[in-house]
Amino acid sequence: MAAVAIQGLGHPRKRVEDARFIRGKGNYIDDMKLPGMLQVDIVRSPYAHAKIKAIRTDKALAVPGVLAVITGETLKQYNVHNMPTLMSDTQMVLPLDTVKYQFQEVAAVLGTDRYTAADGVAAVEVDYEPLPVVVDPFKALEPGAPKVRDDKESNHIWHWEWGDRAAADKAFDAAEVTVKENIYIPRIHVASIETCGCVAQWNATEGHLTLYMTTQAPHAIRTVVALITGHLGLSEEKIRIVSPDIGGGFGGKVPAYPGYVIAVALSIVTGAPVKWIEDRTENMAADSFGRDYHISAELAGKKDGTLTALRFKTIADHGYTDAAANPSKMPAGLFHIATGSYDFKNAFVEVDGVYTNKPPGGIAYRCSFRVTEAVHTIERMADLMAHEVGLDPADFRMKNFIKPEQFPYKSALGWEYDSGNYAGALQKAMDMVGYKELRKEQAEKRKRGEFMGIGISSFTEIVGAGPSKDFDILGLKMFDSCEIRVHPTGKAIARFGTKSQGQGHETTYAQILAEELGIPADHIKIEEGDTDTAPYGLGTYASRSTPTAGAAAAMAARKVRAKAKKIAAHLLEAAEEDLQWEQGKFFVKGSPDRAKTIQEIAFAAYTNHPQGMEAGLEAVSYYDPPNLTFPFGSYICVVDIDRGTGEVKVRRFVAVDDCGVRINPMIVEGQIHGGLAMGFAPALMEEISYDENGNIHGSNFTDYLLPTAVETPKWETGETVTPSPHHPIGAKGVGESATVGAPAAIANAVVDALWHLGVRHVDIPITPPKVWALLKEHGAALEE
Amino acid sequence: MSTHHIQVKVNGAVKAAEVESRLLLVHFLRESLNLTGTHIGCDTTSCGACTVLWNGRAVKSCTLFAVQADGAELRTVEGLAQDGKLHPIQVGFHEKHGLQCGFCTPGMMMASVALLEANPKPTEDEIRWGLSGNLCRCTGYVNIVKAVQQAAEQMQG
Repeated sequence: MAAVAIQGLGHPRKRVEDARFIRGKGNYIDDMKLPGMLQVDIVRSPYAHAKIKAIRTDKALAVPGVLAVITGETLKQYNVHNMPTLMSDTQMVLPLDTVKYQFQEVAAVLGTDRYTAADGVAAVEVDYEPLPVVVDPFKALEPGAPKVRDDKESNHIWHWEWGDRAAADKAFDAAEVTVKENIYIPRIHVASIETCGCVAQWNATEGHLTLYMTTQAPHAIRTVVALITGHLGLSEEKIRIVSPDIGGGFGGKVPAYPGYVIAVALSIVTGAPVKWIEDRTENMAADSFGRDYHISAELAGKKDGTLTALRFKTIADHGYTDAAANPSKMPAGLFHIATGSYDFKNAFVEVDGVYTNKPPGGIAYRCSFRVTEAVHTIERMADLMAHEVGLDPADFRMKNFIKPEQFPYKSALGWEYDSGNYAGALQKAMDMVGYKELRKEQAEKRKRGEFMGIGISSFTEIVGAGPSKDFDILGLKMFDSCEIRVHPTGKAIARFGTKSQGQGHETTYAQILAEELGIPADHIKIEEGDTDTAPYGLGTYASRSTPTAGAAAAMAARKVRAKAKKIAAHLLEAAEEDLQWEQGKFFVKGSPDRAKTIQEIAFAAYTNHPQGMEAGLEAVSYYDPPNLTFPFGSYICVVDIDRGTGEVKVRRFVAVDDCGVRINPMIVEGQIHGGLAMGFAPALMEEISYDENGNIHGSNFTDYLLPTAVETPKWETGETVTPSPHHPIGAKGVGESATVGAPAAIANAVVDALWHLGVRHVDIPITPPKVWALLKEHGAALEE
Repeated sequence: MSTHHIQVKVNGAVKAAEVESRLLLVHFLRESLNLTGTHIGCDTTSCGACTVLWNGRAVKSCTLFAVQADGAELRTVEGLAQDGKLHPIQVGFHEKHGLQCGFCTPGMMMASVALLEANPKPTEDEIRWGLSGNLCRCTGYVNIVKAVQQAAEQMQG
């Protein structure tokens, strides 16, 4: 029999999870069918702010197949009508007397199937008394503005600031050149193709709850459920969270939503399994949004283009409750990565959170805690400053980059960047795209009245949250975990505290273990998502799986190897210190024939282990990263502007990414492709907005435009590899880099195309009407 | 609520059922026939996760009633592999890494099959336009295009 390949680090291993997905045998939440299962559907508010005067349920209860209707009053009897958000604010599960945003949950109807539940929803009658609405966070801060929250003093939630304000102000006072711009990063939605949902299964005999649900963080959810329901006797050992196959997460499946709690309550009351599945409008209009940051940004520098200081002031719109998914000590997430790839000596950032009559949030949209907001701003501002001092944006960046020899680099806002070679990545991107030739072409086209733009984004991300001294969610430290059991025949199973939503963990985690243990990846089964079996972990988001759980895999494997060495010494009758490891076996130094393979050692661990040693070959690691990781890259986008329609056509997009060591290059490239598409989307297409009455625009896929294969550019990718010095295998995380870095490259390209007209900034999404208006304003529109 | 007796051929097998007038075809497939490989993503005929073949044509089963399918021949993702052998489009999606979370994949593959059966040698633009009724949030479409190209070559023999 031919030897089975190890398929360790760097192998473009085909994905093991594909086997079920390509056959239509995935196990997504809505595929679940349990005996006697009932379905819940939710009555939602047509108003953005209203008093609920009456809820009449008699007609709904008369619908054949409708079993129950519950309201906030029902839940209040058990004190579960409210729940805490991840930011320790309060979110209504079902309201007692007022609604605070359009599409908020008002009541829930339980039926025998989804059709009868929907019939019941249609038959519930609610009397509302509309109240004044505030949707603009600036207006919300004005005296006399409608108050969003009755339980708070004002619409101002919190103020957060970071850095040395006085030093930054002094540097601005002394600056030779300053630039300032107001940048709005609009509200968007992750819009994973699968919406959220759950099946709650209460076992009354055993007092046990199994909750199958679309969650990126099953263990954290279990603890949150225990905290919400502990007073009812539902303690943590009686709760099992199972996260089945997930049809895309991107941050939207981190929070707990009211629908989950409602399904649990109804299962407990009826004793039957209860399913809740959102439709698309519920998903878009009520689940956590991303972004919605209004940023006033300033940079200071010298005439020669040297950056000296940065000041960003931000108003963050959180909707009616702060339901952001951030580390608890960081209300604005990791926004203080704002100095980006540049060597600033002085920086100061401040953010104010505001309540409005909009859905709660904000979560990340495929990015690590507010990093896109920071990256987009610094990359836009870098271009402004470059133009201001008369430098090419590439030369300007090269001049101000943190240099390779400065790593580990302490930023003005306190982070210690682990490693980087920013000039190397930008140079590679410039070579790939043919930067100099493009600038020539641009100049020639401009003479002919054709508008072509070249935009650069040289981003630095901050991922892998995070070190326990600073990072926790509701007190839970942000480590992650791996448990390995090697079976007697040398095969293994490993379980993790994370949860893949398409990232391919079943494939890549096995590669890390294969590399470390020499057991072929095909012989290692990977499991995640069941809190009864997996070790505790904080889940998958913020590009943290590889930096935390991936590191735990290597560390657990090394523990296994340490024990394997003792067993090998016993089998080879040699001293441990005389043994040497070569992938898959220990041998006696100088006598390569005297060797024991990992498979032989595993067998001995159960059949012939040394006296005095415990049997078995397993290990668990809870990895607390010593630092975050800092992936980076340089993207160059080339656009052509249609002067007749305002359409922006992305002609080329070159992406050079450096995520340290690549575990599976095929999967890394796939993630970059997908991340780029989710950077392109908000740059040119996606936005959720509200009218003055709080009516949502963009609550379904006919109004909220996701790019198809037709609009999406043909990506050109490249790589550099700068390993993380503190990660056990040198990897950094990559799932979100492209979403973080891409929008600024596109926006910079558009502004670059129109700079000579006097255009200095355009907010994303850069839609044809916006560009058309700019062309008209500057007398450059072609009208026939 | 009135009901109707329907008979449809699904993946080669005849299925008869009594269905409500309002029952959507996608719910008939998923819940009555337990063919859960066909997914639901949007409710507005926008995302294509529910795409199946209807007498050889790609249709979105969330926007058709089951009763309309009376007498039709349907194919779903579960009917792609024959005698345990994967269809070239399934091989293409796996080998070219054309899927990540897998949720859009069945609809994307069914739309691809319809495209290739109508146009065995599509250009890249024809593939992109042919799949423009199907949304994918994970892959950025590059590898989906490659998957369809590989399947096209393989189906040529």
